[in-house]
Amino acid sequence: MNDVMVDVHGVHKSFGPLAVLRGVDLRVRAGEVTVILGPSGSGKSTLLRTINHLEKVDRGWISIDGELIGYRRSGDKLHELKERDVLKQRTHIGFVFQNFNLFPHLTVLENLVEAPVSALRRPRGEADETARRLLARVGLADRADAYPRQLSGGQQQRVAIARALALEPKVLLFDEPTSALDPELVGEVLDVIKDLARTGTTMIVVTHEIGFAREVADTVVFMDDGVVVEHGPPTAVLDAPQHARTRAFLSKVL
Amino acid sequence: MISDTLTEPTTRTADLKVVPARHYARWAAAVAVIVLVAQFTHGLATNPVWEWHVFRAYIFSETIVQAVWVTLQLTAYATVLGFLIGTVIAFMRLSRSPVLQTVAWTYIWIFRSIPMIVQLVFWFNLSALYEELGVGIPFGPVFWSVDSNSLIGTIGAAVIGLTLHQAAYAAEIVRGGVIAVDHGQLEAAAALGIPRLRQIRRIVLPQAMRAILPTAGNEIIGLLKGTSVVYVMSIGELFYQVQVIYGRNGRVIPLLLVATAWYVVLTSLLSIAQYYVERHFARGANRTPPPTPLQRVRRFVESQRLLATRQLTEKT
Repeated sequence: MNDVMVDVHGVHKSFGPLAVLRGVDLRVRAGEVTVILGPSGSGKSTLLRTINHLEKVDRGWISIDGELIGYRRSGDKLHELKERDVLKQRTHIGFVFQNFNLFPHLTVLENLVEAPVSALRRPRGEADETARRLLARVGLADRADAYPRQLSGGQQQRVAIARALALEPKVLLFDEPTSALDPELVGEVLDVIKDLARTGTTMIVVTHEIGFAREVADTVVFMDDGVVVEHGPPTAVLDAPQHARTRAFLSKVL
Repeated sequence: MISDTLTEPTTRTADLKVVPARHYARWAAAVAVIVLVAQFTHGLATNPVWEWHVFRAYIFSETIVQAVWVTLQLTAYATVLGFLIGTVIAFMRLSRSPVLQTVAWTYIWIFRSIPMIVQLVFWFNLSALYEELGVGIPFGPVFWSVDSNSLIGTIGAAVIGLTLHQAAYAAEIVRGGVIAVDHGQLEAAAALGIPRLRQIRRIVLPQAMRAILPTAGNEIIGLLKGTSVVYVMSIGELFYQVQVIYGRNGRVIPLLLVATAWYVVLTSLLSIAQYYVERHFARGANRTPPPTPLQRVRRFVESQRLLATRQLTEKT
């Protein structure tokens, strides 16, 4: 499995005068887990959001499984895609938010079947079946008819992961999936992500959980000030960081 | 002797009696208010000015019931059409197109600026503005046309007037509801690739309804009573008919009471409907939804009955 699944190439992004991404390159191979670490404000969440085109890039490009995201190339021009086509591309990219963002007025099951039915035009019965299977996989088979607010934070995030999986995405993006959770609930969510890692799901995880990075990541990327400072296997980046900024960050969080 | 410390060795905590605070001022106020209410009710029942027999004669008379029906129709059309158009205008104002934004903003600005009664008279005189209405190419030839007064009758003009007025307010109410929905909801829907229209219908609007409904309820009730201004167009709605009748027989007070009673009943029905619609859209908002008033009454009756049977069994 050496084919590149996610290819981020020279991505720049500014919010007004603030340059958040200043030329980011990143490659993720199929079946690999990449963990992005970095101080807050380093641009890691923004990078993740550019990968599924929730944020438009100012310069550079991103492709997933060889397909440009948000643009169509003809000759040496990039044509911006219409929203409908971007939405279609996003069904291949699962995204898990820090604040879960489950739909509070829909039951857990309805949360899971909404996108497969409306975006992929799956028959409802089939979508229901997939949803129940996924709920069982994240250990919530008995909560299918509950509303999100009736669940704990950890359970909500597990539902959110199942919801992302329901589209059978090529890659899963996690934006600080445990940062909004009480400490005792972090473990159950990380266990689900670890389980996904074992089954060969391609994932990019932005997190502050260094222990999780060490255990699960194939590659650790350290970002600071809008650029990738260093990247490599966890043992290299976490135990023998080459860069002073990486060392400074790790000394604060470890 | 009164002791004020719990450490007093001779008393045990369990023996201390709780004496509820005595709200003398509150009781006095309650008595005063009850006396006033009783006086007023007594006056209503006994003062001959109210002429309750006239009230009874007219409240369910055919003319009045028909007039109530017209009022209800005007309200229903203006509500449904007003909120449909209002929702479109709201999303125009929220769209990224500066043209749509400006048009929507201008519409709201104009129709909120014109008093409803002025606008209604405008529509009533529509034929003076546009003698004929036609279908054709803009600024080009007209293929089909019709005399505007025959196309839009008096009731039609009233519905148009009420609707356009209502749409401007509805647009702001819907917009308020939509911007109250957490931005993360739209992001999640977008990240899942849910089609745009479906995002609005399935994700945004149901959640926006929670913020929309209380103000929309106000607006609809306001509209129900607001339909009374179309009496200027001589449409046989409730207030107009009441005026016609008391113009004939001079029984002003009892006939105004007839109108009042109907407006109160209709408003109450709308309020009850609003309560249940709000409850429907609140699903998922609370861990356990609060009981409805009916459920509350039933629960109270059951608990009383339980208490009574328990006391009975204790006695025997």
